[in-house]
Amino acid sequence: MEPLFESLIEIIRRTSAEIPDDVQRGILAALENEKQDTIAKNAMEIIERNIGLAKEKSQPLCQDTGSVLFYVDCPVGYDQMEFADTARAAVTEATKRGFLRQNSVDSLTGKNDGTNIGPGSPTFHFHQTREANVTVRLVLKGGGCENVGAQYSLPNIKLNANRDLDGCRKVILDAVQQAQGKGCGPGILGVCIGGDRATGYELSKTQFLRNLDDENENAELAALETDIHNTANKLGIGPMGFGGNTTLLGVKIRAANRVPASYFVSVSYMCWAFRRHGAKLDGAGEITEWIY
Amino acid sequence: MIELTTPISEEQIRALKVGDSVAISGVVYTGRDAVHKYLHEGGELPEGVNLEGSIIYHCGPVVVKDDAGEWKVTAAGPTTSIREEPYQADIMKKFGVRGVIGKGGMGPKTLGGCAENGGVYLHAIGGAAQVLAEHIAQVHNVYFLEEFGSPEAIWELEVDQFPAVVTMDSHGRSLHAEVAEASQTVLEQNL
Repeated sequence: MEPLFESLIEIIRRTSAEIPDDVQRGILAALENEKQDTIAKNAMEIIERNIGLAKEKSQPLCQDTGSVLFYVDCPVGYDQMEFADTARAAVTEATKRGFLRQNSVDSLTGKNDGTNIGPGSPTFHFHQTREANVTVRLVLKGGGCENVGAQYSLPNIKLNANRDLDGCRKVILDAVQQAQGKGCGPGILGVCIGGDRATGYELSKTQFLRNLDDENENAELAALETDIHNTANKLGIGPMGFGGNTTLLGVKIRAANRVPASYFVSVSYMCWAFRRHGAKLDGAGEITEWIY
Repeated sequence: MIELTTPISEEQIRALKVGDSVAISGVVYTGRDAVHKYLHEGGELPEGVNLEGSIIYHCGPVVVKDDAGEWKVTAAGPTTSIREEPYQADIMKKFGVRGVIGKGGMGPKTLGGCAENGGVYLHAIGGAAQVLAEHIAQVHNVYFLEEFGSPEAIWELEVDQFPAVVTMDSHGRSLHAEVAEASQTVLEQNL
């Protein structure tokens, strides 16, 4: 089989079974941070054991292997259609091998044909770069955390949120409060301030491609990220919503321009089982370097 | 750790309180969105499924056939339970279900049903698909596989010491409601 096909299966396998190092560090810190003999501590211990077991057995970290989201940076002239065809074949094969659950359902008929292939499944985001090689990032985003995402249109009277950073802060914290433990916390927030209803959510998800311990280049947003992270952890929602010290492992925020009439804040929630990996590929499609 | 083996009596369920850690053994049945909607609309249980004193597990496992042709669960954590809120209490009452395993907790209707009929909500660790799969000893059977697809089918599972925490009991207490109320108070102080 061609190298690209095998490389993509390996990226899918690794994303499904192995938590990225930056997230694992966050989880270990959260484990340390919970009080002994609490159900929150016990939850974090099970989570830590699960991470080890999934890697060792090369099996899905979480049974909901989620929406399959490819982010592909490719040089000018690269055949994106051929990449997509190969990726669809790799997704089908990875499903057969049990790295992905049969997870794609026809919304009208309710049928699940078991292939994970269909309209919008998997999803591809292609971007052109001036670099010679292809970079593939993959996010597998489960439905539980996707369901607690939220989009706010400011001003919001109920939350007393105006069109400024304090208003953004209020609605983002509201999203955390509404999510409670339902998104499998401790979670990570990806936020986009601005954009339209579609690009706002899309850009909020690209925040999950950032390293958990990176620093936002925009000082105002960096401060907002830290503030929301710290405030959320005071709420006492804790792992799984059991009560406890760690409600969030991280917050990543970006801004995008908006039209004068609209002011959206789009919040995507990622569960602790944060499945994201990526690799650089050479011209033949072989993996040359892992990113995370 | 409190040991629970299915079928479970009402007395055993009434003895459980929010915060108790339990280890569940015996037969449990998976059931999620499609199954709950179907049963709530008056659909019949397939022959061979007996929910009396049993537990429904909100789970869409990854199941593969091994070389010998036997089903094997390779990943099996809980799915979000609140989606079954419109149906759960009625189904528990109609079929004599004593417990539900899931994640994220459920609402007032289910809590009321648990108090009225003697039921509990058992919270498993969301995302811990490998740890939990290790507690699934055997797949006895599968129902509605064709109709609903693998994640939505009813899988009849033999579990062994499956770990969970009681977060909603039969005495009207819900850890989820308590945490949500407390966190709302703190949030308001920090706005």
